[in-house]
Amino acid sequence: MSASHFRFRLATSRKQESTRKYLHRNMAEVEETLKRIQAHKGVIGTIVVNAEGIPIRTTLDSSTTVQYAGLLHQLTMKARSTVRDMDPHNDLTFLRIRSKKHEIMVAPDKEYLLIVIQNPSE
Amino acid sequence: MSAKKHKGTVRKGKDKKDNFPSRAEETSAGTGHPDYIFPLVLTSATQELFGCRGDVDVSVDKPHKLLRKDDIIVDMRNRAAVSDFSVIKQAVLDYPDEEMLLVFDRDFTYGQSFYLVLTVEAKENMLRPPADVEGEEDGGDEMSETPVQKTPEPTPWSSLGSEREIEEESVMDTRPRLMYKFSRVRREFGAPPRFSDYHSGDVVSCPSYHDKSFSLCRMERETSVQAVPNTKSSSTQTLWFCYRKHPRNMCTQYEPRELEEEEKELALQSDDLRRFLSSVTARFDLAIQQNEIMNVFVDDWRNLGDDDSMFGGKVDTHLKEYQSFTHTHYRTNNTITYVCWHPTVSGVIAVAVSESLSFEERINDSTLLLLHPALILFWSFSDPINPQLMLECPHDVFCFEFCPSDPNVIAGGCMNGQVVLWDISAHVDKLQGGRGGGIDKHTSNTNVLSFEDRRVRAPPVGYSAVSAVESGHRAPITDIQWLPENFQVSRTGIPLENKTLVSVQIVTCAPDCCVMFWDLRAPRMGLNALTDTKQKSEQKSVENHGVSSTFKHLDLTWKPLFRVTLPKLDTSGEYSPLKFSLRACKGNGPAEKSVATGDRPEPPDYSQLRVPSAKHQQPLEDISTKIYTSTEDGEIVYTDWKLEKDNESGRLFSPKPTYCFKVHDCQVNTLLLSPFFEDIILTVGGWNFAIWKEDVMAGPIVRSACSQKKCTAGSWSLTRPGLVYIGKEDGTLEVWDLLEKTHEPSQSQNVSTTCITCIKPWTVSLRQQLLAVSDHQGTLHILQVPWLLRHPAANEKLNVSRFFEKEVERLVFFEKRRETQAREKKDMEAAEQRRKTEAGVAVKQVEELVEEAQKEYEDYVTLDRVILKDMGLTTHTQDISDP
Repeated sequence: MSASHFRFRLATSRKQESTRKYLHRNMAEVEETLKRIQAHKGVIGTIVVNAEGIPIRTTLDSSTTVQYAGLLHQLTMKARSTVRDMDPHNDLTFLRIRSKKHEIMVAPDKEYLLIVIQNPSE
Repeated sequence: MSAKKHKGTVRKGKDKKDNFPSRAEETSAGTGHPDYIFPLVLTSATQELFGCRGDVDVSVDKPHKLLRKDDIIVDMRNRAAVSDFSVIKQAVLDYPDEEMLLVFDRDFTYGQSFYLVLTVEAKENMLRPPADVEGEEDGGDEMSETPVQKTPEPTPWSSLGSEREIEEESVMDTRPRLMYKFSRVRREFGAPPRFSDYHSGDVVSCPSYHDKSFSLCRMERETSVQAVPNTKSSSTQTLWFCYRKHPRNMCTQYEPRELEEEEKELALQSDDLRRFLSSVTARFDLAIQQNEIMNVFVDDWRNLGDDDSMFGGKVDTHLKEYQSFTHTHYRTNNTITYVCWHPTVSGVIAVAVSESLSFEERINDSTLLLLHPALILFWSFSDPINPQLMLECPHDVFCFEFCPSDPNVIAGGCMNGQVVLWDISAHVDKLQGGRGGGIDKHTSNTNVLSFEDRRVRAPPVGYSAVSAVESGHRAPITDIQWLPENFQVSRTGIPLENKTLVSVQIVTCAPDCCVMFWDLRAPRMGLNALTDTKQKSEQKSVENHGVSSTFKHLDLTWKPLFRVTLPKLDTSGEYSPLKFSLRACKGNGPAEKSVATGDRPEPPDYSQLRVPSAKHQQPLEDISTKIYTSTEDGEIVYTDWKLEKDNESGRLFSPKPTYCFKVHDCQVNTLLLSPFFEDIILTVGGWNFAIWKEDVMAGPIVRSACSQKKCTAGSWSLTRPGLVYIGKEDGTLEVWDLLEKTHEPSQSQNVSTTCITCIKPWTVSLRQQLLAVSDHQGTLHILQVPWLLRHPAANEKLNVSRFFEKEVERLVFFEKRRETQAREKKDMEAAEQRRKTEAGVAVKQVEELVEEAQKEYEDYVTLDRVILKDMGLTTHTQDISDP
């Protein structure tokens, strides 16, 4: 009785181990992608935002991040609804906002939002 | 309409009260006697008759005595009115029982010594419950707790008469209500109205009026009042502006939502995010690289347009002469030594005029000089012939400056080493009203151009204070500067915070090898007080007309705060400075901010200011105490003016300079900090000029080539970071654009015939910039700077700073190169040495080589002969080929 119980526990822990490894691999890949984007010349910051507009991962400081996330999330929703209103089969793929000082790029998705701020002219 | 029940039930109600007699008796009897108790007074006869004598038959312990009713009736019949019982005759007769209870009331609880119980139940209760209580008391010590703790059981409601009160007060209908209904006939609905006239007399109108007799005035009111704890309700939500119209809060305080760390981790590890990122990265790469390659939004046309002049057509870089001022009055050969624009009044420029005589001539003409003192003239653009204001100087002034916090105070340095102060607050109106006022005064003599009239009109203003001769410099003061308002220096040379926001300290330098710091305020009252007052009283008689007494406290007793000497770097001796430049010190304190916003304090009364004690001031840490000085011998010395303490003797002395560099061959006559960069310095001297950066110790970052004429003056441009004006000794003004070319000037223009002594630019407005150029002959030329020379190119500051950085790198590279070259040279020398030791062997080798060569040649000759023989060409050439 105890032996089988023990075996059961071993099995679950092995499964946990594998899922943990899988998750770590995921996370490593995510990190690597973000680092690659951040390494481009002129990139000031990168923010990953979830579907509700709450930042998940950022390279900027907290107050700036929160500001960018909230504002750009709303703008992206508005832009996406605009595109879909005109043609329901269409969808927003990329949003670039060019300002005097830098350029903000937003890529929307069903669940996430990736924001990159770049200063084009150094 | 309420019905009232008759009072027959009163008795009924009172009967119910008999249930409580025992309790009433136990508790207290102070409420008056109940109805069944009748207090009696029994005479002693009656007492004997009935056997209830007080304290004999009855006592406190045994107060009850049962009397037979019949006996009482007999007694009453016998004694009629005398009987004590006659009072209650009726009650006794009504008594249903045989025996009546008489209670001895020792304590007079009911007012008398005895009382008779009138009812049977009361008698029973009185007799029995005491027995019950006694019985209970005997047995029941254990039982006594339970009655106390027994929870009260619900008893059926027993009426005590309260429903009667409620019925009295309640209002009920006694009859059904009457209802009347008035309505109009149906056919008259919607019918057109029929109007008719009424005479006012026919109709009696009864308007309603307020009849006071029928107004009910509530006299009494029954309300219930409840005491409530003192609470207050208040809300914190903002008032909605016009509730219902704009239900909108004025402001809302909120906080952004954030995820917890675990949730973030979870999200980062999710598969979806990975997929999302991998799909989206490509788009980003494209976009970012697009931006990196080229900036699509740059407007090239706009940048092109910047370089053109505003009117198109030919490009005009010529400096036009705007005006020129010459004071031809006193002396013939005077020269302008220094020029300074008035900082606040536009269009006014001050010029220091002095004699251009050699030393011998000065000594010979010294008496003449005394009669015609040196002057500082104030010129205004409105009047090119006459100066607006003239300031008298004790001796020739070589340099002067306006005080940055109070433009009415001018400090100047004289030829004999004295520092002079002027206060022109009383005469400022002459400067400002120069346009209008001057013309008005001349209405009478507009045609007469006599110099005497004008001279009388404006006598020169005397100086307010002059420093003490012994303690000042011993050589002509060549440079004077005010310390900025945000800091001051203490006696020992420590920079302190200046809370008064008024510039009160001056720095001067002279070729007598020292730099001195002066303070405008009176020194702390010490032993000098007596001597000061004495001197002041002596001087009062010599007061000049028109001289202000602002600085009287300093006159002739002014001593410097401390002095800084410049010991030579490698040898003994000292440098003799000509010009100096303090590092621009911009603090970040509140003092600095208020100055920047423009609210300067009122110019204080300088005689009242005192040098504060250094203990209470806090030293400023971020002020750079470094100073650049240029010397007579053409060196640039970079040193620290903070005095160091000598450990052995305890005296304060100036440290050795950090470095010293000789670039110019002659006197360095200009040392100026760039208005755009804090650490770039221009020096002009000898036949070239140089630009230095503060932290670069290797040398100047830009050094111009030696020109053919001596450079006598120089200045930075106020608006263009890379533009430098150089004046030459033949009157040429050169414009050097560092971004264009550095080997020769971009433009050169002849301004006057003699050498240029001073160049000062001034921005009048956005559209006008003027350059004041003074020459050796005493003429001041005002030139207008063309658009090209005053408008900075796009990103000019950035380009200039990059240019300087490149130069710095070049210098660093050269240094490294020099080092490597030195090393290589050493190596080569070592190799040379080695080769020389093998010289003897080498010579021998040479001889052997020669022999070998000779042998080879002979072999070749023989070979040549053999070949020719074989080829059959030797028959007739053999004789010729033989040597």
